[in-house]
Amino acid sequence: MSIEPILFYIFSTILVLASVAVVTVRNPVYAALCLVLAFFTCAAVWLLLEAEFLALVLILVYVGAVMVLFLFVIMMLDINLVRSKEGFIKYLPAGGFVAILILIEMCVVLGPENFGIEITGEPLKHAADYSNTKELGVTLYTQYAYPFEIAGALLLLAIVAAITLTMRRRPDSKYQDPAEQVSVRRDDRVRIVKMAAEKKQ
Amino acid sequence: MAFEIPNFAPALPEIFVFTMICVVLIVDLFLTDKNRSITYLLSQATLLGAAILSVVIQSSVPEYTFSGTFVNDGMGTVLKLFIYLSTAVVFIYSRDYLIERGLYKGEFFVLALFAVLGMMVMVSANNLLTIYLGLEVLSLAMYAMVALNRDSSIASEAAMKYFVLGSIASGMLLYGMSMLYGATGSLDHTTIASAISEGSGDDIVLKFALVFIVIGLAFKLGAVPFHMWVPDVYHGAPTAITLFISAAPKIAAFAMLMRLLVEGLGGLLEHWQDMLIILAVLSIMIGNVIAIAQSNIKRMLAYSTISHIGFLILGVIAGTSDGYAASMFYVIVYALMSLAAFGMIMLLSRKGFEADTLDDFKGLNQRSPWFAFMMLITLFSMAGVPPTVGFYAKLAVLSAVVDIGLVWLAVLAVIFSVIGAFYYLRVIKYMYFDKAVDNTPINSAYDMKVVMSANGVIILLLGIYPTGLIALCTSVLA
Repeated sequence: MSIEPILFYIFSTILVLASVAVVTVRNPVYAALCLVLAFFTCAAVWLLLEAEFLALVLILVYVGAVMVLFLFVIMMLDINLVRSKEGFIKYLPAGGFVAILILIEMCVVLGPENFGIEITGEPLKHAADYSNTKELGVTLYTQYAYPFEIAGALLLLAIVAAITLTMRRRPDSKYQDPAEQVSVRRDDRVRIVKMAAEKKQ
Repeated sequence: MAFEIPNFAPALPEIFVFTMICVVLIVDLFLTDKNRSITYLLSQATLLGAAILSVVIQSSVPEYTFSGTFVNDGMGTVLKLFIYLSTAVVFIYSRDYLIERGLYKGEFFVLALFAVLGMMVMVSANNLLTIYLGLEVLSLAMYAMVALNRDSSIASEAAMKYFVLGSIASGMLLYGMSMLYGATGSLDHTTIASAISEGSGDDIVLKFALVFIVIGLAFKLGAVPFHMWVPDVYHGAPTAITLFISAAPKIAAFAMLMRLLVEGLGGLLEHWQDMLIILAVLSIMIGNVIAIAQSNIKRMLAYSTISHIGFLILGVIAGTSDGYAASMFYVIVYALMSLAAFGMIMLLSRKGFEADTLDDFKGLNQRSPWFAFMMLITLFSMAGVPPTVGFYAKLAVLSAVVDIGLVWLAVLAVIFSVIGAFYYLRVIKYMYFDKAVDNTPINSAYDMKVVMSANGVIILLLGIYPTGLIALCTSVLA
């Protein structure tokens, strides 16, 4: 048995456990950290699939940027831990039943008889000089140029929407005006008061 | 790798709209509130330009470009033209309303144009990826528009609900699409359709994918049992935004239904037919019955939308080109009716007053006989009373359903639309037979009154001469 299947099983076990922990642990900071772990092991699984670029992007973008921001938000907001878990036991039987049902259905559909290696075929093995990044780039900018452009439009829209919803021009907000700061004179800041000396009492 | 420069011509309207969005975005920065009408005129010019381009580049045979991710065909051109038209009407109706509420900002127009872009992408999509991205552009713009009035807690709540449920729906749709890709090995609608007809795709995986895709579509359409967001969003959003959401996006949702289910998954007709029957029956029943209990007219019209969506689905269920044409006719007519109905709420509203309860329509005939008559036509049309166009729309979808032998379905739909007629007629009774509570004269812009009148008259005229539009729908879907 080669090392690859062993690595795969190790990483996927950690992935599944970490994902379960994301929804079950009580502390939201731990949940976010478990999500980081899930992303990390998922990236490792992708590496085994020879998708190096995507694996690295997952770590850089999701772990490096998105999750750090997420952690900041969680730490800044004072989340009521008890309230967010309210009704967990009450909904557990119904929710658990649906979840198990979906799991069984997915196992039936996604099992080896439909997605086994005999059906899909062995994935192509590439030589060491094969560049995953280059292949991805070529496909993205030729065949999928149109969806790529729409994704760009979507990002611009997200910027516009976020600014629309958060920016307020408040008249009382404090800001600095460099021009005024530079042109400040002594008279604006210091007032010289002449008074007689006072005796110590 | 050899790379062919794609033919940009079929996508000119999309390119034009996106360019103009950037122009509007930048020009608006330099405008003060006093000359915001420049933004308004630029947005209207965008829609007009896109309409001209769409007509110029129309083609009777489907044209594919961008490696088959984009298609330009007759159905696309007609639906896009109606999307431009209804958005332009929304801009006209909502101008005074937005000015009075301090929402008349460049962002409204930019977001609305982004939504138009998303709808255009959906209408012309021939690839799962394109359809999904178009849907996301549309949805994201609409979430932000619902929350545009940040100081209103009811609007924020509606936006939040819309966002959460919309994201779940997108997730469902995306999961179904990934399964479809797994089963057929392609994202391209044409390739998927041929893979299914050759039977190379595995059956159970395809059905699994279909379930998720239908659920995602039903969420986006607002069909029962995935309708929970519709009343809250219609009620909570500023009326101008409700007007926008209720018209053009329904046309785009119909296009999505056609592209995904009919063009992509046409081979699975017998499977999605059953699912759609359940959606249609529940939508018509629950929409019409719950609407009776509403005292807020925006909520009432939301439930009426749900029942109209049920009728829209009926035509698709038929699975014949006549049925699709009937559905297309229905969605276009529905957009016109909903523009008139929500436009009337905005006509009666004024600064600091929202005419969104049924009581606000009491005695409208004494205040303005002409607009009471316009509202009468609109409501008759929604209820399906001849000679208004709503009657022909219902007749067309029902005859399509009867043609494939589902008589019980047609009978059920008729029974519930008779029940539904009650709440439309109740508003008419309020307008004509009750005394006006509030006698403030109706003041609004001249152009709004003209377009409003034209809107009502078109509903009546199309009812008398429906053949032109029906023939157009039939010819593009033949």
